[in-house]
Amino acid sequence: MTMSDELFFQPVAGLAAQLAEKKISSVELMQAVLARTQAVEPRVQAFNSYDGAGALVQAQASDARRAAGQTRGPLDGIPVGIKDVISVTGQPLTASSKILANFVSPYDATVTRKLKDAGAICWGRLNLDEFAMGSSTENSAFKSTCNPWDLACVPGGSSGGSAAALAAGEAIATLGSDTGGSIRQPAALCGVVGLKPTYGLVSRYGLIAFASSLDQIGPFTRTVEDAAIMLGTIAGHDTNDSTSFKTEIPDYRAELAKRRGPWKLGIAKEYFGAGLDPEVGAAVQAAIDYYKKLGCEIREISLPHTQHAVAVYYIIATAECSSNLARYDGIRYGHRAKGATDIVDLYFKSRAEGFGPEVKRRIILGTYVLSSGYYDAYYLRAQKVRTLIRQDFLNAYKEVDAILTPTSPTPAFKKGEKAADPLSMYLSDIYTIGVNLAGLPGISVPCGFSSGGLPIGLQIIGQPFKEADLLAIAGAYERGHDWHLKHPKL
Amino acid sequence: MPQPADFNIDHLASLARLALTAEEKARFSAQISDVLAYIAQLKEVDVSGVEPTAHAFPLFNVWAEDMPQPGLPVDVALRNAPAQRDHMIVVPKVVE
Repeated sequence: MTMSDELFFQPVAGLAAQLAEKKISSVELMQAVLARTQAVEPRVQAFNSYDGAGALVQAQASDARRAAGQTRGPLDGIPVGIKDVISVTGQPLTASSKILANFVSPYDATVTRKLKDAGAICWGRLNLDEFAMGSSTENSAFKSTCNPWDLACVPGGSSGGSAAALAAGEAIATLGSDTGGSIRQPAALCGVVGLKPTYGLVSRYGLIAFASSLDQIGPFTRTVEDAAIMLGTIAGHDTNDSTSFKTEIPDYRAELAKRRGPWKLGIAKEYFGAGLDPEVGAAVQAAIDYYKKLGCEIREISLPHTQHAVAVYYIIATAECSSNLARYDGIRYGHRAKGATDIVDLYFKSRAEGFGPEVKRRIILGTYVLSSGYYDAYYLRAQKVRTLIRQDFLNAYKEVDAILTPTSPTPAFKKGEKAADPLSMYLSDIYTIGVNLAGLPGISVPCGFSSGGLPIGLQIIGQPFKEADLLAIAGAYERGHDWHLKHPKL
Repeated sequence: MPQPADFNIDHLASLARLALTAEEKARFSAQISDVLAYIAQLKEVDVSGVEPTAHAFPLFNVWAEDMPQPGLPVDVALRNAPAQRDHMIVVPKVVE
């Protein structure tokens, strides 16, 4: 048996087939994932918490359904890890922040309910940068997750735990959230598939809000087919999220099997400029050449406002975060400081004790850009440039079906390398942020390794609500390569 | 990079209800002024006649029937409260 035959390194689709044929049971699968987690978690540090005993009870229930002929589809009995910003009833929900260290979810997020309805075992809480603010998972108040390919490196962020757990075989699929690249960048840095859906396709109900006009939940998976399975399960309109869209949800998995292109694919010079690591550039160029070989037409396009995306993002995201995080005041839930002299003092002290440095920094910056006298100069201007960034993409889509870019300018960086310099950390999201500002879907698929053995990701940016095409384009690349079959040695 | 003269971290911390130490004030001021210097590039962009985007897709009021829905039981809703008594949240005195 080779490493890739291990149950915990197999994709959802393959495991679902073996479960259906009764070659394995869900309990066996859960036990394999638990044993793997116990073996590698001390080195990877992906989980904030997990409930192994509860997961085995759910696995037994899944096996019982299967025996009774009442199985619920490909995710029935599959262990799925959840980023610790998404509610699961009765489980801790910390956002990797001291301010929510003792919070227990009173209800399920819509995505959680949908996964449970599909039979998935939502069993572990995955580490992140505090309140999803960061690109390395070093901003967690609890632990710094390691990149399974090189434990001295970061897994990316903010969904670093979700990416690292999957890459390390501690889950079969995971959920993350993506506000400026927080699914795609860690997926690239850990060598897995990460999908950020169109804004509004997946309900945000039960997701801890960071920047509400940008946040979107999406899956991390081993394969594009698994991403299609996960997306099909979690997508859809929800009356509990007034920004969720009423749109037809296609059978993404069936469409992936059908759609073969060729497609017109755009290459924007703005995504291949200074700061791009040459090995990343070469790997992405090789992917572009592969699409050419498949008969796709490659067109040069321009996204001229790309250079401003990071600046726009750090105005809009911090403004929204300063507003969203006002709710953490030590009154109804969360950390309450001791020894406050009055209620206002209680707010000041509870927030000072509960929030970490990056969150405080962003609250201050967000407060500044929204404050009286500066709103027009910063926030309103940023919203206007956001319009220009979105128009760049919509103009490009008059000519092409999708856009190919690197996901991250570099492979995983060393822990500590950017921790003291927020601006340099912010710039590591330069290729992913525009997608959030424009509300588009984007996917990162593994497309090679650096000479140091670190994964490299190809980002494919699609058109709004055309995830079926996006997945098909990603699948066409994956079918011709085996990067996604490689696993880290732990 | 000098910080903008109008960047008053004491005022901002007060608006944000956030107690900061002297060390935090100094460090955040320096780091945020780097970010503000970077953000200043947006002044170069011609935005005349451009509408602001608050959301990537046009959003309008979403209406729902005014019908009672099942909600969380009180004890579940209060389970995360730092201090409670008789199904109420206890806070420091707010009236004289």
